[in-house]
Amino acid sequence: MSEAIHTENPAIRGLPPNVTFHDLIRRNKRRSALLMVGMGLLVIVVGMAATALLAVYTGVAGDSVNLVQSLLLGGVAAAIVAAIAGTWSFYGGSKAILALSGAKEIAKKDDPQLYNVVDELAIAAGIPPPKVYLIDDTALNAFATGRDPQHAAVAITKGLRAQLSRDELAGVMAHEISHIRFYDIRFAMLMATMVGLIVFASDAALQMMRIHLWHGGGRRSSRRSSGDNKGAAVLMIVVFILALILMIIAPTLAMMIRMAVSREREYLADAGAVELTRYPQGLIGALEKLGACREPLEAANRATSHLYIVNPMKSALKGQGHELSSVFRTHPPLHDRIARLHALMAPPAASNRPRPATEASRGRA
Amino acid sequence: MGAAAIALLVFAGAFVVLFLWAIGVFNSIKRKEIAAETAWSDIDVQLKRRYDLIPNLVNTVKGFAAHEKETLDAVISARAKAVNTSGVAAKAQAEGELSQVLGRLMMLSEAYPDLKANQNFLALQEELTSTENKIGFARQHYNRTTQQYNEQIETFPGVLVAGLLGFKEREYFELTTEAEREAPKVQF
Repeated sequence: MSEAIHTENPAIRGLPPNVTFHDLIRRNKRRSALLMVGMGLLVIVVGMAATALLAVYTGVAGDSVNLVQSLLLGGVAAAIVAAIAGTWSFYGGSKAILALSGAKEIAKKDDPQLYNVVDELAIAAGIPPPKVYLIDDTALNAFATGRDPQHAAVAITKGLRAQLSRDELAGVMAHEISHIRFYDIRFAMLMATMVGLIVFASDAALQMMRIHLWHGGGRRSSRRSSGDNKGAAVLMIVVFILALILMIIAPTLAMMIRMAVSREREYLADAGAVELTRYPQGLIGALEKLGACREPLEAANRATSHLYIVNPMKSALKGQGHELSSVFRTHPPLHDRIARLHALMAPPAASNRPRPATEASRGRA
Repeated sequence: MGAAAIALLVFAGAFVVLFLWAIGVFNSIKRKEIAAETAWSDIDVQLKRRYDLIPNLVNTVKGFAAHEKETLDAVISARAKAVNTSGVAAKAQAEGELSQVLGRLMMLSEAYPDLKANQNFLALQEELTSTENKIGFARQHYNRTTQQYNEQIETFPGVLVAGLLGFKEREYFELTTEAEREAPKVQF
């Protein structure tokens, strides 16, 4: 039977050698903790800079003692803000993401089959069944979120739900449940909420800078006392530092988003899905349908795009199919993922051969 | 402090460290054993779900295809046999037979358009498919947890602690007959 997969341990062949699921989970937990600490420090630095800027602008920091005081005050205030934001990200992040995506929780009676499929795969993964959400959008996509398998949710668009057969739905849900059991969701959730907060904060800082330059410029021209001149000098330094910080933040953010959604993560979730369903055709069929769709998901944005099973952004959909390698591409090309799934089905000896399935699916993608 | 006292302290310290480490290994093994036991009882939960579904299903089919008495009776008796059988191997055999007659019952529904269009039947059909999958997945999960447990008590350092405290290797769930290996998936 050609469709029988060799089940000694199909997932292991999709993984880099010597990497166990246990290692994946540990790595994700470690990265999540690092992210929390790193973001906390970043918020404190930005907070200190912003307070100093404010102090100088309002003229309080005329002498250096006051400047140090305001820096300290800013640091403490930012630490408090960071602690609150971190706690919120960890405990409320998934709710915020689901609300932002326009996802509505459903009960079993609303869609017994979807509910059953999720339940089945939770049993296969040995985790408590996650909550099930529907997104009222005709675009094709799905994602999982939450802080751990005990507090997790899966969401799927109505469009994708309607197009998939039971087996394909199982493939998609197995992929999402693999994200849950590997703790990808924790890292991705923290990333989404913190990127959102940082973007908000740096927007506010930029706004302040703009206002300041506007007024500060005017003030300098109307000659004042020497104290004001001294303040203006400190102020220029602070503005420079803040601009520098913002310049560092932007590419770092982009880098971290790419890290969160590394192709490896998606490949591993695909492999993990097959380990659960033992039926790669289901996920392959679903990915082919996802590849054929050109419709972007309206509720997705740059902070949440990495959560989804395929990139929901308009720009990404234009790029699909071309071999265009973009630094902004957060997901591996679909035909590559499909080819790897086909490789999981092939007997080990045959996996060295060139795979004709790649060409076929490339034509479709 | 004499050299003997220092040696004694070092020795005692090493002993405490070793003891704490052994406790850690023991806890890890025990957690895996509990996970495997839980996985085993989770299979029973799903089997029970199937027993509960069957009377409902048989009644619904009876309403549309009463003269398929033979198949309906076969389902009922296979269910009764599975419920009353104990012992891992015998139970697995009885459950396998139940899966097969259920498959036959569902196949038979193809010949009855009214039955196939019946909402109640469709709902039961979905529940049965799901339950069959859940049974399969629960078994798969049991085997995975068992593998993790067995691996730990057979490899260093778990093998030391397991040998000392009498942890035994657990058996995998295996399908007993060739017919059952042919994926007991109910196709509609």
